[in-house]
Amino acid sequence: MIDIVGKRNWFFLISLIIIIPGIISLAVRQLNLGIDFSSGTTMTLQFNTTVDQSKLRQEMSNLGFSEASIQKTGTGDYLIRVREISTDEKNSLISGLNKDMTDNVTIRDFETVSPLVAGEVARNAGIAIIVTSLFMLLYVAWAFRRVPNPFRWGTCAVISLLHDVLIVLGIFSILGWAAGVQVDSMFITAMLTVVGYSMHNTIVVFDRIRENFGRGISKDFAVTVNASILETIARCVNTSLTVALVVLAIYLFGGTTIREFMLALLLGVIAGTYNSICIAGPLLVLWDRGLAKSEPKSKPQAAPTAA
Amino acid sequence: MKTTNIWLLVFILAIFIFGLWTVIPLDSDRFGRQGLTLGLDLNGGSYLVYQADLSKKDPSQTNAQVMTSVISKIERRANTFGVKEPVIQQQGEDRILVQLPGEKNIDEAKTLIGQVAQLEFKETTSDSSGQPTKDANGQTIWTVAAATGSNGQQEVLTGKYLKPNAKVVLAPNTNEPQVAFEWNDEGAKLFEQITQRNLHKPLGIFLDNQMISDPTVNGVIQGSGVIEGLTLKEAQDLSIELNSGSLDVPLTVIQEQTVDATLGADSIRKSIVAGAIGISLIVLFMLLYYRGSGLVAVCALAIYSVLLLTIFKLVPVTLTLAGVAAAVVSVGMAVDANILIFERMKEELRGGRTLGAAIDAGFSRAWPAIRDSNVNSFIACAVLYWFGDTQGAFLVKGFALTLFIGVALSMFSAITISRIFLMLVIRIVKNPWFYGVKI
Repeated sequence: MIDIVGKRNWFFLISLIIIIPGIISLAVRQLNLGIDFSSGTTMTLQFNTTVDQSKLRQEMSNLGFSEASIQKTGTGDYLIRVREISTDEKNSLISGLNKDMTDNVTIRDFETVSPLVAGEVARNAGIAIIVTSLFMLLYVAWAFRRVPNPFRWGTCAVISLLHDVLIVLGIFSILGWAAGVQVDSMFITAMLTVVGYSMHNTIVVFDRIRENFGRGISKDFAVTVNASILETIARCVNTSLTVALVVLAIYLFGGTTIREFMLALLLGVIAGTYNSICIAGPLLVLWDRGLAKSEPKSKPQAAPTAA
Repeated sequence: MKTTNIWLLVFILAIFIFGLWTVIPLDSDRFGRQGLTLGLDLNGGSYLVYQADLSKKDPSQTNAQVMTSVISKIERRANTFGVKEPVIQQQGEDRILVQLPGEKNIDEAKTLIGQVAQLEFKETTSDSSGQPTKDANGQTIWTVAAATGSNGQQEVLTGKYLKPNAKVVLAPNTNEPQVAFEWNDEGAKLFEQITQRNLHKPLGIFLDNQMISDPTVNGVIQGSGVIEGLTLKEAQDLSIELNSGSLDVPLTVIQEQTVDATLGADSIRKSIVAGAIGISLIVLFMLLYYRGSGLVAVCALAIYSVLLLTIFKLVPVTLTLAGVAAAVVSVGMAVDANILIFERMKEELRGGRTLGAAIDAGFSRAWPAIRDSNVNSFIACAVLYWFGDTQGAFLVKGFALTLFIGVALSMFSAITISRIFLMLVIRIVKNPWFYGVKI
């Protein structure tokens, strides 16, 4: 029998290897905030003639927007991010571009957020994640009220959920400076969906542990947990696979507008599956044995299986 | 088969047929709903959040009164301008959310809606030579014209004394556009005094402190007048604004999203392709891995999809790009419950139970996990909806609402539809291989 619980320290290590660079990146570079959080204007401009990106950049800085970020998003489509601009400024910018580039530019998408709103979004996003975690902790504790220490189950479920949040946040922080990926309110939406979905598989595993625990399949809690994980591993992978398939399909074919949103979901689903198999259950065992006692007990157990 | 199950089957088929009739063809008119309601990111349009400056309000009014008044004036303006189905709502204490679907001349609509449109008349004083007094820069000094009202107090003459019937007319001689207006009794009384004392002198007409024109008063006027010096467009806007009344407080745009209809159409096309590919992959996976049970899940999924569209159409749920994504993702999640049940069923079959008993056990034992995991999704959706609502992010709200409906419906689909179908199928096929068990 595969001993997942016995190898838990290896799995914790793998998670840390993924999470720590993310945390360092978060600490040093934070997240690359989109206009929802930092205020400003984004617009998608469509040019009828072929436009060279460097020429567009030149024109933009001639018109007084040297700080503009310009990104090609499709044939003739450019996504432009500038500081918050008014309707008048927008109109003069467009007529300036039309004149200098002898084109008839269409604004396909125009979005502007003032600093007034932007500050609130960041605060509300934080509140949203905390409130969700809290309610889930309470619900899981309630759902597992018949087993000993229900709050322990709730806490482990929430820790494993924050594990997923940290992985996605960290990767997006790295992508922020490495690939210019920005974080907007849709990212928060993805995070909360990840939070909700990450719970699905954890609950499936916990539910089986609850059932096996009630049937008393083993006196050793670690054996019960390990058996439960192995019994549910196929369905955890399959349920995630179906969601991952659709998310991947939208990521690949759904257009640029929601690509980053889908990437966050995909990473979250993968992290959530890994965590419900390799992290959530072992966390319960770790807590059961106590942090201090777990080291000497787990080592002799892990050694024979590793050999 | 038990009678309750037969009735349940009849019920499922009935709502399925009802759903099919409702959604096919998609743009058919059913119960007054034509087609699906698309958000402005798919249909094109503009989403604006205005911040009202309540510090500038009339102190005798409460904040709530001011906001209600401003909103009703904006509604009147949007409707007169010809915006189709505008959404105008208060958000928080001092913000107004305006959605203008499919609006082409968005900048014009925006200016029209957000302008205070305070109409005032200003007069000059004469210096020793009989010319209007000028300041050090040579600019004419204008002072707001007031006169004695019927209560004996000095009242400033503003647009609030107008009858709401201002209209654009063309000047008889010049064909220049003008706005013709009529005063109510009180306004007429004030206007008479003001024109009387400014006879043969210029009278400035100001909109939001910007001078429109300064005609010379040629005679004492009471009931009505015209405003000149406007382009046709300006005259049309001004008449709409005067008729709706000036806004009680100034507004500024703090958030805007405007999407061109062609971009929306692109998004719809891509979503359909992506959704079709994603769902096909799920169907393929379910059939290959769970065989006959998978087929049952796929049938349940088809019913689920039709019912989901029916709810979207009839409620109606405004579908945004994120909402469509949520709907597709919810299809992925809808099969989750089926997978949990089938896996459990396989276990029970391997444990030596008969098909019927295995199905019953599969459903009843998988239920706690399905319930608990979906409750967590509901929690996430509820918080998301709150988050989207407080910050006015319609995309976020759309996603949360759609996902919530999807998850709720998926529970019904897995627990009821899949079970009834399986009950039916086991009467025909009894080989465990068909239900995904290796033998």
